[in-house]
This record gives sequence, structure tokens and C-alpha cells, in this order.
Amino acid sequence: MSGDRQPRPQDFKVQSRAALADPALRASFRSAMDFLVDKRAAQFPDIGAYERLRSLGTRIREHALAKLPELLERLEQNLTALGVQVHWAETPSDANRIFLDIAARHGAQAMVKGKSMVSEEIELNREMAAHGIDCVETDMGEYILQLDGDRPSHIIMPAIHKTKADVSRIFAEKIPGSAHTEDVDELIAIGRRALRERFRDAPIGVTGANFLVAETGSLVLVENEGNGRLCTSVPEVHVAITGIEKVIERLEHLPPLYTLLTRSATGQAVTTYLNIVTGPRRAGEKDGPREVHLILLDNGRTQAWRDQRFRATLQCIRCGACMNHCPVYTRVGGLSYGTTYPGPIGAIVSPHLLGLDATRDLPTASSLCGACGEVCPVGIPIPELLMRLRGAARRRPAPERKPLRDEGAARSRAETLVWTAWALLYSRARLYRWFSWWATRLRRLTPAWQGGWTRGRVPLRPAPRSLRELLAQRRR
Amino acid sequence: METDTHVYLFATCVVDLFSPQSGLDAVEVLEALGVTVAFPRDQTCCGQPAYTTGFADDARRVAAAQLDLFPQPWPIVVPSGSCGGMLRHHWPRLFADDPQRLAQAEALAARTVEFCDFVDTRLAASQVADTTPVRLALHTSCTARRELATHLAGRRLLAKLPGVELLEPEHEAECCGFGGTFAIKHPEISAAMTEDKLDALQASGCAQFVSADCGCLLNLNGALERRPTTLRGLHIASFLRSRLATRGAEQRR
Repeated sequence: MSGDRQPRPQDFKVQSRAALADPALRASFRSAMDFLVDKRAAQFPDIGAYERLRSLGTRIREHALAKLPELLERLEQNLTALGVQVHWAETPSDANRIFLDIAARHGAQAMVKGKSMVSEEIELNREMAAHGIDCVETDMGEYILQLDGDRPSHIIMPAIHKTKADVSRIFAEKIPGSAHTEDVDELIAIGRRALRERFRDAPIGVTGANFLVAETGSLVLVENEGNGRLCTSVPEVHVAITGIEKVIERLEHLPPLYTLLTRSATGQAVTTYLNIVTGPRRAGEKDGPREVHLILLDNGRTQAWRDQRFRATLQCIRCGACMNHCPVYTRVGGLSYGTTYPGPIGAIVSPHLLGLDATRDLPTASSLCGACGEVCPVGIPIPELLMRLRGAARRRPAPERKPLRDEGAARSRAETLVWTAWALLYSRARLYRWFSWWATRLRRLTPAWQGGWTRGRVPLRPAPRSLRELLAQRRR
Repeated sequence: METDTHVYLFATCVVDLFSPQSGLDAVEVLEALGVTVAFPRDQTCCGQPAYTTGFADDARRVAAAQLDLFPQPWPIVVPSGSCGGMLRHHWPRLFADDPQRLAQAEALAARTVEFCDFVDTRLAASQVADTTPVRLALHTSCTARRELATHLAGRRLLAKLPGVELLEPEHEAECCGFGGTFAIKHPEISAAMTEDKLDALQASGCAQFVSADCGCLLNLNGALERRPTTLRGLHIASFLRSRLATRGAEQRR
């Protein structure tokens, strides 16, 4: 799925069908996810200790969201006092405009960028390119995808759907002067050499932020490759962009969340780099950016925040464990979702970002098995939220609440009628007994085609007699 | 050992209409444990299908019709795990805004016991009549597993049966692809999950697999019938009944 055909959430069914029909893709996702599942499990050998840590992490995130407006104000004050320029962006286009303004003031034609899902959300690369600015991905996975015109399929392992052979071909085609090789170390060396040049020349470094600490005015960036550190220290200007929900109150809240994040995401006890940026280069310091900006993006997050039924959505620390453990994600891969955030977390976040109409097939694409909720390190009740979104997509909004974007968009008269009839039948015992008596007598008339059910199964057919009849006979 | 003399059986809609033998076998096993089983005849469904699809109001209507059916303080045994989870965890949520029904739902939730859980604490080794060696796999519904830890009860129960060798198929904890209306709304994804589950069950070398969730069994057996194999899933109550000296078993001899 590279090139011009960008996947869309509206096409989830078509895209997932295509992915299911690709045995190589399915095998590679399965083995990659199994690897991550095992690595995570090894990091949490003591269930009791894990549950305690997870409940601490949950409380920290709940606490931060309960005080969100206040913490954001305090964060802004502390950042401003440190000399960091804070920008508020309600929409992706607001955010892109801020990037363009900063680039224009510095006459920048290029940016180097560390891995940032929020920058994917606003399609920063494309927007900058449209204005003649070359925004280069420096995370190796993201760099591979950018060279190939592809999109991330996982929030932590963006190029997990690419094979060694794919990377070899992409580098040979797109990096001038590189020799063809399928040796992983050599491939990484080729990529790194190409990226070094870009770091040296770029006037602006862009990153995301995993956490924002309100009390200290710090931007926290978790990474393994060191490209994030280069983006935040080599260019003269550092611009960080993240969602408004990433704020936490105190620095002491960081260690538990960091531990939960790295262990849940990649099964690492610590990452190679943990960058805490607290202001631009100070007088007497030899390096670091002279200018630091933070762009805080809303893009639908306020909608999730103001509705108590959905606020827990924003507790997410973007570890990706829910997708690694999801039997649906494992089979259809990340690109099928057509959203920035795939998998279970994507299915609960995207409706707030894109509306319930465009994303109507995402909350239903779950068997509600509960694996995602079980491994979520900050206790987001993902299955519960999926059910609430299913309801919100299918029912008229209640008049006393502010509706979600496109609430009720997936409402269909036929589906509503089916459930109304079902409720009538199953809430009236005599009617149900009459129904089950006839259903068992007329079982031979059961249709052989039963929609999606008979796609892979024999038709459902009532038994010759219902249990209540058998029990009545037995008692005689 | 627990000493209840009476229980209610909440058989669920799937058992009533599609898998009544599982319900009968559950009754026989419970009676073999010396328990009198009451089956309130007005019972229908826990409301789960509508609830998980997003039609909470319809689910509430159906759940509300069940609330008055269990007046005695007896345990309510449910032979289908995910339905048990519905009673235990989701009924109280459904009635959160209705104090009177909420109290009822909470009282019922506290008395709800999944079948394996109930039998496991009451079964004595001396009740097992058939000890023929058999290689078995256990499939647990994923919601039941997470909401009621039914996999632990199921394993404990099977471990009490001499001759049973319990195998562990690959990705044992993973969902079988049923998921209620998920199987109808996303049939290809559901089928892919089901096929993988069946491959793993077949590869495990089990002669039979058992489950205490009738939704999963309908799904897995429905797909198995399309395969050239005699492997089938059996409700754990039916398997148990075949191993115990129950009234029905004696009649069959």
C-alpha cells in the first residue's frame, strides 16, 4: 500500500480484506507481534508488582486529566518563563501554519524530524513539502517509509510491515551511491550516513513529546536511536509538537510512567535515550537550540475530555501494547485502519479526531476479547470505550449532552428495528416461548445463507427441541 | 466443600435454542453433586448481543425482564462464561441510573457463578466413574477468561478427572473470532481468527476440546464442520457428565 493510494478509515473493510489475503504480511505481523508480546511479558514477571505499578500509572494519568486546564496553564507559564514559546493549535491546519511561520522567520528550507505520531496526524511532511520545505524523517523506520511514500503501520514500530528485502530495494533506489545489500547492519549504516548529512544542515529540528511536566516546564522525549537527541540539540531551532493530553503534573510522576511505557512498548527496562528538554540553550552553554517551541494540538481531544464517558481515552501513553496483543490488528496490520493511530487505541481515539462517520467501522472491528484492556499500562477500559462508541455511532445523541462529532451517523433503520424486535421478543417470556417453539419446529426452514456467519461456517440452526421443553419432558 | 442444596440455572439464549444438550448435561452434573436445580421458565437472555453492539437500551429491557426470576438466595449457575460475565459485571452498569433495579442487579451479580467455578469447588474424586485416557484441549471464552478467570476454574476442574491429559494449543488465550455481532459485521477478520484457532487446536493433537462458552462452541464447531476432520468441541458439562456416574449415564448403560 505505498504510493498514491493512501489508506482511509472509510475503506477499512476493503483494506482489511486485502491484508487478510496477503499470507506474507500476516505471517510477518504474527511473528513480530508474538516477539513483542513475549518481550513485554518478560518485563512483568510479577503480576502483583505489575498491577501495583499499573494502578499508580492509571492514577497519575487520571489525576492529570482531572486537572488538565489548570496543568496546561501552569505548563505554559513555566515554559514561557524558561524562554520556550508555546503555541496552541486547535486543528491540524493551525499546527501546520505555526510550523510554516517558524520556518519562514528562519528562512528554513529543511527540517529534520524525530518520530512523532502527532506530526503524522497533521501530515506535516506533506504540508511542508507543499510549501517547498523538505521535512526529513530521522527515525530509521520512518525514514524508510518516507523514502517509499508509505505510512506507519504501528505507532512504535512504524515500518514493521517492511521486510529486509523491501528496505534493501528502497535504499538502493532512493539513496544515491548506496550499494545493494540485504545485511541489516549495513542497511542501517547506509541510512545513518545519509541522515547525518541532513542533521548537519537542517536549521530546524522537529520532535514529538511523550510527556510534558507542568511543574518544571519540561518536554520529555523517549527514544532508542539518538535521532531525537540530535533533533533537539543540533539545529538552531527545536519545535516540539504533541497533544494537549500529554501533560503530567510533577516530575516525580515521570518515572512510573516511563517504566510502564518502555516495558509495555518494546519490552525494555530502559530506553537508550531519555531526553528531558527544559528550555533553550542558556548563556555559557556550548550546544542546544537557541529557540525552542512547543505546539499543543487539540484536534478533537477536547471532545473526548469534556465527555466523562470518553475521557479515559486520553490516558493513553502511546505504548502500542494494545495493538501488539490485538487478534484483529495482528491479522489485518496497521495500514488497514487508514488512521494515524491503528489498532484498539486507534479505534477509540480516531472517532474523536475524525468523527464517528468516517471511523464507523473501527469500533466494530473488535471481538471485545479484552486483551487490549488487560495489557493497557494505564488502565484504559478499551473494550468498554469501544462499546460506548458503537452506541454513540448508532443512536441519536441525548438532548442534554453536547453531541460527539457525527454522533448517530451510523444509525440505520434496519439495525435499530432488528434490535427493537429482538428486545421485544426476549423481554416477553410468553412471546419468546412461542417463538422458540416454532423456531425448533421449523428448524428445517432455517436459511442456508446467513450473511457473514455462513462465510466460514455452516448455518446456525435451532435444535429440534429447546432446553426448556427438554427439561419439562424430563420432569414428567 | 460448599454445601448449597439448591441452585438456579440461567441457561442463556444460545443454550436454550442451539445447544440444549449442554444445558441438560449441566443439570445432570449439578444433580450428581447433590444439588437441586431450578430452571425459571421465564428466563430468556442476558442481553449481551445488544449490549456489545451498542444498543444498551434494548439490552436493559431484556435484562430487566430477568431480574425478578431468581427470588431465592441460591447461587445462579451460568453454563456460558461470557453470559456469566454479563450478569456479574455489566448488569450493574446497565442499571446504574435506576437505584431499585441496580440493587437487584448487584444482588444477582453477587450470586452469579460460572458453571466450572461452581462444579470445581464441589466435585469429589470419588464421583468420577470413567477414567479412560483422553487428550483434551480447553478453550475459554476470552471475555469470560478476563472477567471471571474461567480458564483457571476449567483447568482445576479437568485436573480432577483421572485419565484426562490437558494439552495447551498455541496462542491458547487468543480469541476464537466469535465476538457476537463482530462475526457478522467483519466476517473475514472473524473467519481468519477462527481458522487460526482451529489450526492450533488441530495441531495440538487433542482428540476433543471442551469449553464452557456456548458462543465460542457454536463458532468453532460451525467452522469445523466445513473441515475434513472429526474434531469437535464439546461443552465441558457434557464431557463431565460422560465421566461422572450420573443418572443419565446409568440410564444409558
